[in-house]
Amino acid sequence: MTVRVQEADFDIGAELDRLTEGNRRIGGLAVFVGLVREMHTRDGLHRERIDAMTLEHYPGMTERALEEIEAEAQRRWPLEATLIVHRHGRLEAGDRIVLVAVGSPHREAAFEACEFLVDWLKTKAPFWKLEETPSGEKWVEAHEGDDAAAARWAKK
Amino acid sequence: MRVRYFAWMKRTVGVPEEEVNPPANVRTVGELVEWLRSRSAGHAEALAAGAAFGAAVDQRTVTFDAPLADAREVAFFPPFTGG
Repeated sequence: MTVRVQEADFDIGAELDRLTEGNRRIGGLAVFVGLVREMHTRDGLHRERIDAMTLEHYPGMTERALEEIEAEAQRRWPLEATLIVHRHGRLEAGDRIVLVAVGSPHREAAFEACEFLVDWLKTKAPFWKLEETPSGEKWVEAHEGDDAAAARWAKK
Repeated sequence: MRVRYFAWMKRTVGVPEEEVNPPANVRTVGELVEWLRSRSAGHAEALAAGAAFGAAVDQRTVTFDAPLADAREVAFFPPFTGG
């Protein structure tokens, strides 16, 4: 049950080893790793490549928001272990940006809770992406698709 | 109270944070927004009616009808784009 926000990269293998160490009730571990992908935007007649971005966040509120999301996942599914590591600062295409791992006795809960955590953290944790393009910096706008993805976990 | 701005709002306002003392008739987050708009052209632009931004009181997301009560820190920010 861990949440970390850090500038440094993370070692996926070491993180997962630590998460499951000593807990023999875990039968399945679902893992999501988000990467900064190389993107192109169309700006007038020019196609621009985005090779880097800076992730700003709200220290204090970010950790609290992630802990609340994690607690909500634990209320909804029988989970043995959860981990969210989210990076901030300047990241380049190919860099790891977020790690979400969920351990449960059974795989269904692990898969579902992992997807839930990723969907919710995108819309409920205070992070903002500033992209670097050849013509200058540009704040990323929120995607409606992310809201829709988060909304499908609303309690009926 | 301390007011903080994030992402593009920080640049538009011109400062990342400021200490303010709104009058007693400013009781909600929405009333604070209206009051802050008069501080500068940057404030007016960043906090314009119709601009897409949210708010937090003492680091919890709130709606604009939320009371300020004894808020120590109020933050304004664009929609989140993490993950």
